Amino acid sequence: MSEHWWRLISLQDHNTRVVILGTAMLGFAAGLVGCFTLLRRRALVGDALAHATLPGIAIAFLWVTAAGGDGKALPNLLVGATLSGMLGIASILIIRRGSRIKEDAALGIVLSVFFGAGVALLGVVQQTSTGNAAGLESFIFGKTATMVASDARLIGWASAGCAITCGLLFKELKLLCFDESFAGSRGYPVVILDAALMAIVVVVTIIGLQAVGLVLVIALLVIPAASARFWTDHLPTMLVLASLFGMTGCLFGAAGSALVPRLPSGAMIVLTTSAGFAVSFLIGFRTGWLVRWWRRLRLGASIDRQHLLRELYELFEQSPGRTSVSMTELLAARSWSSSRLRRILFHASRDGWITENISHSEFALTQRGQAEARRLVRRHRLWELYLIHHADVAPQRVDRDADAIEHVLDAETVAELETLLDAELGRARMPEDPHAAAGREGYE
Amino acid sequence: MSGPTGGAAAPSPSEQDGPASESRSVKDRSAESQSPESQSAESQSAESQNQPPALRVSDLTVAYHRKPVIWDVEFSIPQGKLVGVVGPNGAGKSTLLKAIMDLIPRASGRVEVFGQPYAKSRRRVGYVPQRESVDWDFPVDALDVVTMGLYRQIGWCMPVRRRHREAALEALARVGIADLAHRQISQLSGGQQQRTFLARALVQDADLYLMDEPLAAVDAATEAAIMELMRQMQVDGKTALVIHHDLQSVPDYFDHVVLLNMRVVATGQTDEVFTTENLQKTYGGRLTLLDEATEAMRRRERSI
Repeated sequence: MSEHWWRLISLQDHNTRVVILGTAMLGFAAGLVGCFTLLRRRALVGDALAHATLPGIAIAFLWVTAAGGDGKALPNLLVGATLSGMLGIASILIIRRGSRIKEDAALGIVLSVFFGAGVALLGVVQQTSTGNAAGLESFIFGKTATMVASDARLIGWASAGCAITCGLLFKELKLLCFDESFAGSRGYPVVILDAALMAIVVVVTIIGLQAVGLVLVIALLVIPAASARFWTDHLPTMLVLASLFGMTGCLFGAAGSALVPRLPSGAMIVLTTSAGFAVSFLIGFRTGWLVRWWRRLRLGASIDRQHLLRELYELFEQSPGRTSVSMTELLAARSWSSSRLRRILFHASRDGWITENISHSEFALTQRGQAEARRLVRRHRLWELYLIHHADVAPQRVDRDADAIEHVLDAETVAELETLLDAELGRARMPEDPHAAAGREGYE
Repeated sequence: MSGPTGGAAAPSPSEQDGPASESRSVKDRSAESQSPESQSAESQSAESQNQPPALRVSDLTVAYHRKPVIWDVEFSIPQGKLVGVVGPNGAGKSTLLKAIMDLIPRASGRVEVFGQPYAKSRRRVGYVPQRESVDWDFPVDALDVVTMGLYRQIGWCMPVRRRHREAALEALARVGIADLAHRQISQLSGGQQQRTFLARALVQDADLYLMDEPLAAVDAATEAAIMELMRQMQVDGKTALVIHHDLQSVPDYFDHVVLLNMRVVATGQTDEVFTTENLQKTYGGRLTLLDEATEAMRRRERSI
């Protein structure tokens, strides 16, 4: 076994080398092209296209065999696959144009009908031919073992063609995916650009048939691109990442299936690629789960800190001359559990917002904390005033509404609030607590 | 303008007949061919007499599945005007803009931009689509979006170069968000997104701007900034056709209005046309009979 591994990793075996290189180039092209189809929201068209290739493969085999040639020669089969795949796409367009059936249903119909016809034709192939038809099924689930050097070369050239097309049309495709109607208004032929994009999808699908199989080739178009999206907001970076994800997924998948006989390579490739997706989903820098969890945690902590500072400020405001507050008072003021309050206090004092008088276990604001608390209270009350005077919210409800929104207010909005409320408020003055004011009015 | 019409240098009557006879071939056009000149003689100075209107739409009908969305729309906009397009939801305002730019097929009608078909004067037209029409989670930054306005100038397959980025940055500065150039577009506020779209149209340095609700759901500061910019554009001799939803601000913002509800209810100077009566016609009375007839036709088609 270890010897087998070693032969594989060192690429000593000519056949392994061919397979690994071929699939790696395939993964590269699929990742790249997949980004554009994903952003254009056309991912599933690739799936219908792939399924629609099966009858073409069977018919090409029957035809060439009947003409006395080698039915299993790859180029003939791929030409058949291409034609039948394009017929599938045309059928989708016709169904959509000629009836009120929506795109998703049209995709479903074409996908299943063509695949069904293909399976039926494969049955015919097996009955009529004299045994050398074995292997055509490998197009369904993929079988890299049948790949020879000329196949890998074909994949290489086709992938290079796709990459060059994507590179040349990078800005046009970007515009098409982002804003179709603007592209049209500038005179770009949107239909032709879409057809060009579709054409490279066809190419990737066809060269992927042998290695990944027509059922699973869609995974190569979607998963690397979707994984890359978790890491970046920059389209060129996304293209590079998706290509790398596609390439490594294919490399490991092909290697895995070479190690385990009888394991369809398509399945292995999809599994390794989706492992990359799982990792991206968890730890992608941009929108990975971990990052979002961390951001939520940070936001929660910052809201807690703001509430604490505001509470302290208002307690001192109510009784001038006081400089420190006990924990019991704070516990009564907010619905914090004592352990949570202790944690909030610990963080605030660590960050220098408050100081702790240990002997009395009382808390006071530092100078910096005082300034920050003043800013927060002012922002909170401005927002409350806005809600009362301009959004017709009753004073009793205001605190909760203000709490929900004010944490996301940026400096720009606060400035706008100030201009709006200038009439009701001296410029630098701290607005009065609306609850206190409402309470007083009630007594009077 | 070195226009193909010959301009003021060749005022011989036989030559002036050229374009006029062309438009006469369209039905009902013989009387119309006189009117733009007489109109512009009233409102414009003598030197602009021979200027074609910035936009002339005649007899424009657009239908989806044989249900007309806009019907026999006809209006013309002199150069250098700020024009508001006003009408209820579903009146076909966005459809009108798209039909002007050949983005959707039209059932009939003719559109002339500076006296030429749209395809020929595309260079001189800047389009600001509705903000909601795109996916703002797209992986590009504000500068990238603005640069898209220059793609035609850059040319097929050519990369964006430094001077294009500089021009885009300048456009962003004009709308006041140069500091956000490298921010991902989903991180922009609604107003900032709208400004980005505006900058993308500005960077083209067009002469006629078609804007689809540029003031919808933007903050007050953005609204003021956009209007300030539009007035500046007007001073520079640009024309703008702006779909607008807030009736109250129409008289403050626009010199001309087009009141649209499937057909043009009224068009002209704001102070003359923007009346309560016309507004009632636009918003109140729907074209019930026309609606019913087309609906019946559609139902019959479904059953066949």
